[in-house]
Amino acid sequence: MTPVRSVRLTVNGTQTTVTVEPRTTLADALRNELRLTGTHLGCEHGVCGACTVIVDGAAVRGCLMLAVQAEGREITTVEGLGSAAHLGALQLAFRKHHALQCGFCTAGILTTAHALLTDEPHADEDRIREVISGNLCRCTGYLPIIAAIMEARIAYSDLQCEAAQ
Amino acid sequence: MKLPPLDYICPATLTEAIAALAAHGGNAKVIAGGQSLIPMLAFRLAAPSVLVDIGRLPDLKSISISAEGIDIGALVTWRDIERDARLAQAHPLLAAAVAHVAHYQVRNRGTVGGSLAHADPAAEMPGIAVTCDAMLTIVGSNGTRIVRADEFITGGLSTVLEADEILISIRLPLWKKARRWAFEEFARRRGDFALAGVAAFYDTDAQGLAYNAHIGVIGVADRPMRLPGVEAILDGRRIDAAVILQAAAVARDAIDPADDIHAEAAYRCDLLGVLLERALARAADISLSEAA
Ligand SMILES: Cc1cc2nc3c(=O)[nH]c(=O)nc-3n(C[C@H](O)[C@H](O)[C@H](O)COP(=O)(O)OP(=O)(O)OC[C@H]3O[C@@H](n4cnc5c(N)ncnc54)[C@H](O)[C@@H]3O)c2cc1C
Ligand code: FES
Ligand code: FES
Repeated sequence: MTPVRSVRLTVNGTQTTVTVEPRTTLADALRNELRLTGTHLGCEHGVCGACTVIVDGAAVRGCLMLAVQAEGREITTVEGLGSAAHLGALQLAFRKHHALQCGFCTAGILTTAHALLTDEPHADEDRIREVISGNLCRCTGYLPIIAAIMEARIAYSDLQCEAAQ
Repeated sequence: MKLPPLDYICPATLTEAIAALAAHGGNAKVIAGGQSLIPMLAFRLAAPSVLVDIGRLPDLKSISISAEGIDIGALVTWRDIERDARLAQAHPLLAAAVAHVAHYQVRNRGTVGGSLAHADPAAEMPGIAVTCDAMLTIVGSNGTRIVRADEFITGGLSTVLEADEILISIRLPLWKKARRWAFEEFARRRGDFALAGVAAFYDTDAQGLAYNAHIGVIGVADRPMRLPGVEAILDGRRIDAAVILQAAAVARDAIDPADDIHAEAAYRCDLLGVLLERALARAADISLSEAA
């Protein structure tokens, strides 16, 4: 045991403090301290992408960042993308296209795609495939995932138009 | 696996960071992006008792281009390089090689300095540094020193860095405008480490003959290296199909890779030959299948 630290961070828009050992990863802090269990852990060494969360706008592997490194940062998890009552654009598209089966990879793919489309609402299929290559899915064969992300693009381009006005 | 217990320091200045490293002797390790170190910790391949986080140090995040060369701060990420519109012109070989590094999420945190200090034999950035005669600036308790990339890397995952030293930047020599170049690698999946890769460039004189050939390879030895035998074949010649095939044959013989779980030695030798053929054909802008 090493002494615990307090880390202040904003998660899905809410300021909060977690008390963790320095070795605790951001993904574990979100799951175990904040009970945001939508973020999944697969490999815990950076290869599967299940743990992807968004830190200051950039998608990162939650298992490859320490919670203490998130001091002062803004985190978005899958819980921040919508709720059961109000699904976000990507979530609706995933449901429509059957882009998940077991769902283990889904949170990581949704957060990855959300970061991508927020930044690049016009990402083409090749770019989407490239980005999703960092996330493993053992069930779907990826095609429905790509179709869903392609369809959700329109919602993100509309957002950009609104922001510009 | 979960990470082993360790302590964590996040210094605000370079001086503080070096002092923290010095105070803990060999038990402290620098953490930058953490994209190689955290997996090493998870696998228990590294067991420092303290991490010194350099992620918040000022002044290590810039890319500057001057008459001296291209200076890249240690904390510049793969994403920063991808997004720097100047580099496609200022150093197309660097931009092309870095496009192959890792996946989207890893690219947002992984740094140039971390990649060089980690010195994975298949990593692109150390390969570019060695191919292009980059100079690395290192700061430690005993002051600053500048080391050439090929002297910096001393073997697989090992470098000349002392326990209290931090790599702060890398300088690539300026790129000549009309230079012929190509980067080719093969990985089983986009973003994975390459089984082998080739970085190649040469300049051409008024007669169209090659000079200043630099051929660097990754993934085929315990460290990135240049192939002087291949460079000697190219210098002074017009790069046509015959020269390219001769160069590829020499390259296959010049390396002595080990068998590993990813590929057998014979496969890697063949692969390197093919990658070099592709790279040189692309650099010379000729089609090998037509010429052969
Ligand atoms: C799934 C996956 C795929 C990847 N694929 C590739 C790939 O295809 N090609 C590739 O090149 N890389 C790949 N990587 C590695 C990635 O590029 C890393 O970001 C990089 O190797 C290390 O950078 P970092 O900033 O994360 O370093 P860290 O992980 O923080 O540190 C790595 C090592 O360098 C030391 N260190 C870091 N910075 C400094 C410094 N400034 N001075 C002194 N020592 C320092 C640390 O102490 C540690 O020993 C991959 C990683 C993952 C997880
Ligand atoms: S759990 Fe983080 S990448 Fe697999
Ligand atoms: S839906 Fe099962 S792993 Fe992707």
